[in-house]
Amino acid sequence: MKKIGLIVNPIAGMGGAVGLKGTDGEEILRRARDLGAIPGSPEKARRALRRITSIKDSVEILTCSGMMGEDEARDESFSLNVVCETGKFTTSSDTKNCAKIMLDEGVDLLIFVGGDGTARDICEIVGERITVLGVPAGVKMYSSCFGITPEASGDLALFYLSGERRDTSLAEVLDVDETMFRKGILSTRLYCYLKIPSGGHLVQNAKASSRPESEKAQREAIAEQVIESLEAGHYYIVGPGTTTKEILKRLGFETNVLGVDILHKKKDGKIELIGSDLNEESIQNVIAKEESGAVHLIVTPLGGQGFILGRGNQQLSSRILEMVGKEGIIIVATESKITSIPHNSLLIDSGNPETDRKLSGYYRIITGYHLFSILEAKSWH
Amino acid sequence: MEEAHPYIPNSAPDVKKEMLEAIGVKSIDDLYKQIPEEIRLKGRLNLPEPLTSELELRNHVLSILNKNADPGDYKSFLGGGCWNHYVPAICDEINHRSEFLTAYAGDPYEDNGRFQALFEYESLMGELLDMDVVSVPTFSWGQSAAMSLRMASRITGRREAIVPDVMSRERFLLIKNYCEPSMKIRTVKHDRETGMIDLEDLRNKISGDTAAVYFENPAYLGFIETGGKEISEISHEKGGMVVVGVDPISLGVLSPPGHYGADIVCGELQSLGIHQHFGGGLGGFISSRDDEKIVMEYPLRLFGTTKNSRGEQVFGDVAYERTSFAKREGGKDFVGTMAALWGITAGVYLALMGPKGMNEIGKLIMQRSRYAMKKMGEIPGVTLPFSRSPHFKEFVVNFDRTGKRVKEINRRLLKDKIFGGLDLSEVFPENGQSALFSINETHTYQDIGFLVERLREAVS
Amino acid sequence: MRNFHEARWDEPVIFKLSRKGERGILVPKIEAEIEREVGDVFSGLPDFMVRKILPVLPEISQMRVLKHYLRLSQENLGADLNVDIGQGTCTMKYSPKVNEMFVSNPRAADIHPYQDVSTIQGTLEIIYRLDLMLREISGMDRFSFQPGSGSQAIFAMASIIRSYFMSKGEERDEIITTIFSHPSDAAAPAVKGFKIVTIYPDKNGIPDIEALKAAVSSRTAGLIVANPEDTGIFNPRIKEFTRIVHEAGGLCAYDQANANGLLGIARARESGFDMCFFNLHKTFSTPHGSGGPACGALGVREELIRFLPVPIVEKGENSYYLNYDLPDTIGKVREFHGVFPAVLRAYSWIMALGAEGLKEVAQVAVLNNNYIMNKVLKIRGAGISFPETRERVEQVRYSWSKLTEETGVTSEDIIRRMADFGFHLWTSHHPYIIPQPFTIEPTESYSKDELDEYVDTLKHIAEEAYRDPELVKNAPYNSVVHKIDRPEDFDDPKKWAITWRAYLKKRGEDHKDTN
Repeated sequence: MKKIGLIVNPIAGMGGAVGLKGTDGEEILRRARDLGAIPGSPEKARRALRRITSIKDSVEILTCSGMMGEDEARDESFSLNVVCETGKFTTSSDTKNCAKIMLDEGVDLLIFVGGDGTARDICEIVGERITVLGVPAGVKMYSSCFGITPEASGDLALFYLSGERRDTSLAEVLDVDETMFRKGILSTRLYCYLKIPSGGHLVQNAKASSRPESEKAQREAIAEQVIESLEAGHYYIVGPGTTTKEILKRLGFETNVLGVDILHKKKDGKIELIGSDLNEESIQNVIAKEESGAVHLIVTPLGGQGFILGRGNQQLSSRILEMVGKEGIIIVATESKITSIPHNSLLIDSGNPETDRKLSGYYRIITGYHLFSILEAKSWH
Repeated sequence: MEEAHPYIPNSAPDVKKEMLEAIGVKSIDDLYKQIPEEIRLKGRLNLPEPLTSELELRNHVLSILNKNADPGDYKSFLGGGCWNHYVPAICDEINHRSEFLTAYAGDPYEDNGRFQALFEYESLMGELLDMDVVSVPTFSWGQSAAMSLRMASRITGRREAIVPDVMSRERFLLIKNYCEPSMKIRTVKHDRETGMIDLEDLRNKISGDTAAVYFENPAYLGFIETGGKEISEISHEKGGMVVVGVDPISLGVLSPPGHYGADIVCGELQSLGIHQHFGGGLGGFISSRDDEKIVMEYPLRLFGTTKNSRGEQVFGDVAYERTSFAKREGGKDFVGTMAALWGITAGVYLALMGPKGMNEIGKLIMQRSRYAMKKMGEIPGVTLPFSRSPHFKEFVVNFDRTGKRVKEINRRLLKDKIFGGLDLSEVFPENGQSALFSINETHTYQDIGFLVERLREAVS
Repeated sequence: MRNFHEARWDEPVIFKLSRKGERGILVPKIEAEIEREVGDVFSGLPDFMVRKILPVLPEISQMRVLKHYLRLSQENLGADLNVDIGQGTCTMKYSPKVNEMFVSNPRAADIHPYQDVSTIQGTLEIIYRLDLMLREISGMDRFSFQPGSGSQAIFAMASIIRSYFMSKGEERDEIITTIFSHPSDAAAPAVKGFKIVTIYPDKNGIPDIEALKAAVSSRTAGLIVANPEDTGIFNPRIKEFTRIVHEAGGLCAYDQANANGLLGIARARESGFDMCFFNLHKTFSTPHGSGGPACGALGVREELIRFLPVPIVEKGENSYYLNYDLPDTIGKVREFHGVFPAVLRAYSWIMALGAEGLKEVAQVAVLNNNYIMNKVLKIRGAGISFPETRERVEQVRYSWSKLTEETGVTSEDIIRRMADFGFHLWTSHHPYIIPQPFTIEPTESYSKDELDEYVDTLKHIAEEAYRDPELVKNAPYNSVVHKIDRPEDFDDPKKWAITWRAYLKKRGEDHKDTN
């Protein structure tokens, strides 16, 4: 008997239908309701659940009361167990409480229905400890943990639960600055990673290959290409992301995927990890005395929007970026990452418009071993 | 164009007008706005006046083809990678079927027939080769050998391949161009008496950087390479793989290379029910055991089968996205159109022949060619350099002692409507004035007698 | 809607037809005289070289073999049988049957590649004449028909580029291509050791020229691109592109696998290319053969002739001959001469049309394409790649992303449903840059009514998607088999079965489920 966790965020997506950008916050939610917005995520939940009715008899759904999952699971005749209660108006803490309970119950798969906000809440609690999958229902869905449609999410869950496809991969969960977002300014930050079932074309922003090995193989190839071109005596600041950290992995170093590390290739050819998960000051201390031209920054676009430098990169300050300069920036990205970025255009938002301008222009992106793509990086202003 | 052309339905003026109106455009020129003037062709193409009536077209093309000698009038003993084996009527019947001839890249639903036919081809070849994995066809033997060597390189992580110095020159050049620069191709010497690979030289040349040893069986020069077991041992000992190229029509009587150590077997399909087509009838294959490490390195499509939930037998691509990363290699070659129709044909051939047919034809070819060797060896001045070795289908004949050159001899034979053996004097100069003769099931006792008689005259 | 049902024979895999003792075809018996003289031909062989256990091929009588394969052929939708406009980029046009007569003529089919040239003057003349015609059509100076496909032609071009720079002593190891050119434009040069630099399109779907400027360097060996690209969009600045690459010292190669919209309109030469190739099995009507044999006719400018694979056909005083003496030849990309049947058919096709006819082919192909585009874009849920750019040449890449968003029905679902009406539909190569893609290329071969039939069916299915998505998602129903719902069987090493023997070993014939 497999256990599925189901958390439905009933208010996700309500803002979008009436022209509001998201429903985080009670004020916005009230406005949405006043404008006549009705919950859309319960129906999306049902659409996803319908895809797994064929294994109904061998799964049990653990869920939250009322519209947070109980109603939808009952509608689709699943055997269910309500493990947490919520009030009339659901909030982010309800999501987190439910997620905690499901983590403790050790569910085989946690399905949530919502948007980036819901993803963030869940990630905060479960991290990479259990397999999670998002059913797309929000307005803001820049994270890559969602199926492309509710049906696709259902299909993916079916494959995973019936044992057909047990591979998982890490999906970015992005934190979007709400206030800025409502002003029409998109500012994303990589928040954390969720472990999702691998499903290639069924998963949002993963259009290239259906095998997890393909993604991994591409990252390894990129890492090999980078390692081959490291120069003796130079320093390499390595930004967050699974593609950049693959380089460190290949050299034998395990670091925090969200942090910033520094590699140094000594004159004798040996490559060292100088520091990991560094803050701005530590980075500055390492590179300050070096010649410009001997310091590089390796970054990869994060999230679905193509930011190689975003407001979230507190560690990569203007002074560090100025030191590295445009010529010092090495961008790495898998082909599927590039195809998922709108207009294949990279974005820079260092926090300083002047710096952004200096770093704008065309870059030679490493996409594999001996494989490159030319893309333009623009200041997001 | 005033009149509609039979190949262009919408060139009929009324329909053209209707369509232009439907899209709201005055003339087709408007649809080419985006092509700048400066790169447009000025005026019209300078081509011969067309023959728009089928009758005239047919007469014209036939008049050119008729400048070729009628193959029915000649006896050909040419081989060397392309042969005049008998083509069963049903093979032609099937590959002329429009359903197969004009299909391409549809899905395993509406093009189920193509998938099944190619899966069956793989399966039939699998039995012939005694292997569990056979690829969809590639262009030719040479291409399949080159691809197999690159596979071995990816699997072992090594860069060198060793090939026989007496292998087919055409295939050698192809392998060289295909495998370099990512691999290094070295040759191993042959034994002057037997023609086979000089094992001592092989032991000297093999190293920790040898990805594979490649040899052909039967060899290009017709003898059967009997050192297969030792060659495999030598390579495997050093961690290298063994790739063998075969002519599958021999496999009804000769052991498949997997039995003497081959890891990857490749070869030519043309001998299995396909016309020569001036060299256009070639097709290659790659096969191996069902080892995931090897399968994942195949640079060709692999069709497989399973059942759907209704219990229907269905087909599709196995491991379609085979990606793995090996540093030395940019990728897994390139996939595309190759020789599928010949694969289907080879399948039909094997289905018709069955186990007994393949055994009988192999034996027949060996008997006839052995007979021809014997009789030709009796001609004064004619020697057979590798006669100590057993042969299949082809053999080398040397004319040095006759004082005549192969070119002359073949010119004489041509007057008698005989295509003599392949002239090897320029490709393998160390063998002097030698030619490669090919004898198969289409050469009767009388044909061989006729050849020997004419040859006797030609060299006297 | 056409009330179509494809033939469904439920024809077993051929091994199941085997009956011990049956014979499909018999082989001549050895003459007594020979048998007497040669004795036991196996005596000279070591024991392990003699096959003891005969191959386990099926034993089937002749008519049954014929029947089996004819039934399979009925379960296949060749271009001749359907309105084959859904296999975009493949140019599925009419292959005139008169050409099949020529190909099966023994004077074409039963010729050995090494016959004395005096006996093959007809063959050599056809090859030479086609060479002349393609020179005119492309503006190049010499053609080789040795490559057996477009990809092999690209590989030959990459080989030529490499040799060219080696002969000049220049170290150049980068090839530039675009993301919408054929994947082989990147993959084939990579086999030759080149680094590949890919350019993406600007917002209009045209390769970004600024990106090209950023891509060229002293390491640039060449540019290999298609134009128009798979989207159907023509790069109007192609001449600037080739100029930029030439200025950087590189060569320019034109992937004209599909030239169907440009015959007589625009040529490789005027666009500034040094090399080009045509797929005779696309633009020039030779049939696709279920995936070959085919021909990638490779053309080069004067200064590159010396690098071509050998031999090429030359015309002497009184006859044709084979020239193996190209000083810097790359050697061989294929044994012998290439696929003559493809050359023969292409020659005949051009002779049937002439200059006017070729231009008509291109123009009607473009007309048909625009006509289709106009209708497809009126279908609810259908969209086009790069909507700002409406000018397309011979094909269009569309997108079902709106329909997918609204109904959950994907491009792949629609493809399966099209099979229920006797049609093909193709998405695109991987990776899918355009989401939920589908590509339609009408060519000049289908009538207006047929084009209407195709688009009306597409419309019908789109409506089904909105009305009853499950119906579309679980298609097909009228095809040879139903939905392949265990695709993971093809990816699992424990389950995949590439031969029947492997299948029996791993799955057992009567397996129902996952075992």
